[in-house]
Amino acid sequence: MLRFIFQRLLQGLLVLFVLLTISFFLISALPGDAFVKEKKMSEEALQEQRARFGLDRPVPLQYAMYLKRLIVNQDLGISPKKNREVSYILKQSFPPSVILGLNALFIACVIGIPLGVFSAVKKNTWFDYFSMGFAMIGICVAAFIVGPLLQTFIAMKVPALKVAGWETPLDILLPALTLGLAPAAYLARLTRGGMLEILNQDYVRTAYAKGLPFLTIIRRHTLRGGLLPTVAFLGPAFAGLISGSFVVETIFQVPGMGRHFINGTVDRDIFLLLGCVLYYGFLIVILNLVSDIIQALMNPRLRDSL
Amino acid sequence: MRVLLVLSLALGCAFLVSCDDQTTADKAVEKGILIFGNSSEPQGLDPQLVSGVLESNIIRALFEGLCVEHPSENGTALPGAAKSWEHNDDFTVWTFHLGEDRTWSDGNPVTTLDFLFSYERMLTPKLAAEYAEMLYYIKGAEDFHKAKTTDFNEVGVKALDDFTLEITLRGSLPFLPEITKHYTWYPVPRHVILRENEGDIADPDSGWTMPGKLISNGPFTLKSWRINDHIEVERNPHYWDAAQVKLNGIRFLPVNNTYTESRMFFDGLMHVTYTLPPELIPYANENYPDEVRSELYLGTKFIRCNVTREVLKDVRVRKALALALDRESLINNVLRGGQQPTYGMVPPFGNYKTPRSVEFDKEKARQLLVEAGYDGTTKKFPVLKLLTTDRDVAKRLAEAYQGMWAQNLGISVEIEQKEWTSYLVAQTNLDYDLADAGWIGDYLDPTTFLDMWIEGGGNNRTGWFDKDFEKLLKDSEHVPDAGERLKVLQSAEEILMSEIPAIPIYWYTTNYIIDKRVKGWSPLLLNNHPFKFISLETNTE
Repeated sequence: MLRFIFQRLLQGLLVLFVLLTISFFLISALPGDAFVKEKKMSEEALQEQRARFGLDRPVPLQYAMYLKRLIVNQDLGISPKKNREVSYILKQSFPPSVILGLNALFIACVIGIPLGVFSAVKKNTWFDYFSMGFAMIGICVAAFIVGPLLQTFIAMKVPALKVAGWETPLDILLPALTLGLAPAAYLARLTRGGMLEILNQDYVRTAYAKGLPFLTIIRRHTLRGGLLPTVAFLGPAFAGLISGSFVVETIFQVPGMGRHFINGTVDRDIFLLLGCVLYYGFLIVILNLVSDIIQALMNPRLRDSL
Repeated sequence: MRVLLVLSLALGCAFLVSCDDQTTADKAVEKGILIFGNSSEPQGLDPQLVSGVLESNIIRALFEGLCVEHPSENGTALPGAAKSWEHNDDFTVWTFHLGEDRTWSDGNPVTTLDFLFSYERMLTPKLAAEYAEMLYYIKGAEDFHKAKTTDFNEVGVKALDDFTLEITLRGSLPFLPEITKHYTWYPVPRHVILRENEGDIADPDSGWTMPGKLISNGPFTLKSWRINDHIEVERNPHYWDAAQVKLNGIRFLPVNNTYTESRMFFDGLMHVTYTLPPELIPYANENYPDEVRSELYLGTKFIRCNVTREVLKDVRVRKALALALDRESLINNVLRGGQQPTYGMVPPFGNYKTPRSVEFDKEKARQLLVEAGYDGTTKKFPVLKLLTTDRDVAKRLAEAYQGMWAQNLGISVEIEQKEWTSYLVAQTNLDYDLADAGWIGDYLDPTTFLDMWIEGGGNNRTGWFDKDFEKLLKDSEHVPDAGERLKVLQSAEEILMSEIPAIPIYWYTTNYIIDKRVKGWSPLLLNNHPFKFISLETNTE
């Protein structure tokens, strides 16, 4: 087990390195840099600014400088656009994204998993059709539609709920719901699929034949196997949720990470963007590992192969 | 199960607690805090390192220049850091008398040393100030900034004593007080910056602008700053005119999404919005008739023509394109924000009479195109590309131009949308045919719209230049009579518009919604409301 984790962590480091390298060269290949402004800066000022951030050097050299700073000094650099340390910006922005993501995940699980389980149990009934229809809608309707609808028809009607902002715990509800709806739908479909497969197994039929109560069969004998695909999905989905969503964050005015991804690209804020990429990559690696470990714990056949 | 119960109880309690009738805006009125929609996260708060409108809103609350804006009169300068000022006969030498009671928010006096430091810092090449050109009016400033001299004594700013500042200009500038209202002319705290940056005048590190460190001389000081969430300022107890300041604080919200911003206003979360999207104007007019504002704003929308392109080299083609656009229809059907159709580049204000140079005339437009050789038989008009951004109304606007040119001139134009930075890069590299663009004036003078069209000017981006035009601009700097000077500038604009490297479309308006309880907020052409004169009234009756 420990060897497995160690191996995966090593692989993760490699993944992060490749991710960082590709991102660096992709961002550098974009036209313009952080100092392109509507009101054009003088040539002298431009040169001075580029020199300050080392952006006047050839790209491979820039990359080497960045890597050196990152590895030797553990320094993510200064955002050329915001003139602040990238680590400072990320430190301020990731807690809201994590809180929002956790709540969205909670909502997704609370809605998605029971819906999937019941749909599987009540296969081909009106409940199944209805919930799978709902899941289809959840997957298809984008957050930029759900968000404004919730704002207009719920937030503006219910005095306790605010249209946007990030001050009280209640402010989390609507953005988390918007963000959690699509993964809830995925979860419902995945869970239903996983459960159906297990429900057709011989040992489940045996359990029925033995006269075990229905709920015990579901709880003891099918959930563990049926939820395997769900857990596999949850790892990366979780990483996606807590690294922020540009759409939900701009609609609900959440001061999270998602906005840096998009604005950083538009602004050519290379070091901020690399910081975000690194953060997201790190989350994916770790959470994938966690989801693999959980799957192994749930599935004895996998456990033996570790 | 127990967890669920606790959770739902907690949620229920939170619901009940927040179920009172008062909105956030109501509570803020009671506390005397103005909540202000400010579009985006500012790039920074160092007045010498930014160049945007939204930054200037916050900086204006924190810092104060030699003169400040009048709350309701355009072009009137009130005493700021300077209590009085005078000039010589030809407006080339100005003397500002600083008020001896002006202090920084830590109690230290604001002296001429601060101003000398600020101007030297701004002009030191290593700082790479984005908008150092604003100081080029000062004699010798340009040479110092371009490192032709390293002796700051050669720059025309002198401290006659601790509270008397003498500024010698490169030409006549009757409107210098107007310029000193711009944040590029504000003082920055010498003692703080030197301490924070270890004595290095040109260290661009902005650590000194962090909450808890930022020392300012304006009516407010920085209280808190959370990225993408808010910036809050509070009353500066050391401000010389503190009795005038009625607000206890201002909360700036960087709300990017204009629809969210309007909904926040409707939901009682904000007092003033940054803008009002065209789609919501009818709704707001119907439901908030007393709160909707549409005011002229010192800015011009235009289409840049790349005059290095063969077809656009011909001024008749550029004119034809300009005459074929029905500006009224564009404003009434697409923009719906009460904008004004232009007839020149400089918006009319004060005593400046904008020469009438373009209007909608499709017959003449067609005729010009025929004269240019594009009669539809012998020479075919090439398909041009219209460069625009991916921002809100940009596409609809481009489609309207496209339709009008097709209908009125029978030519086809393709729309090319690019994201912001690529769009700017394409214009700077002259890698476009036509480009949708605009310009917001920085101060109340025609030069803020004319200076940009000089040869090689960073904001020209058309490839066009004209020696006579540039000579008139230069000449205007040596005309001490304000009225005569405007006439010279008018002639310059006539040349610009006869050549029409950029096709003016409309003069901007600023559309926004403002709470009725906000008082002292009058329309201003630069939209630069001085916060010290603004108040919140609990009783609107």
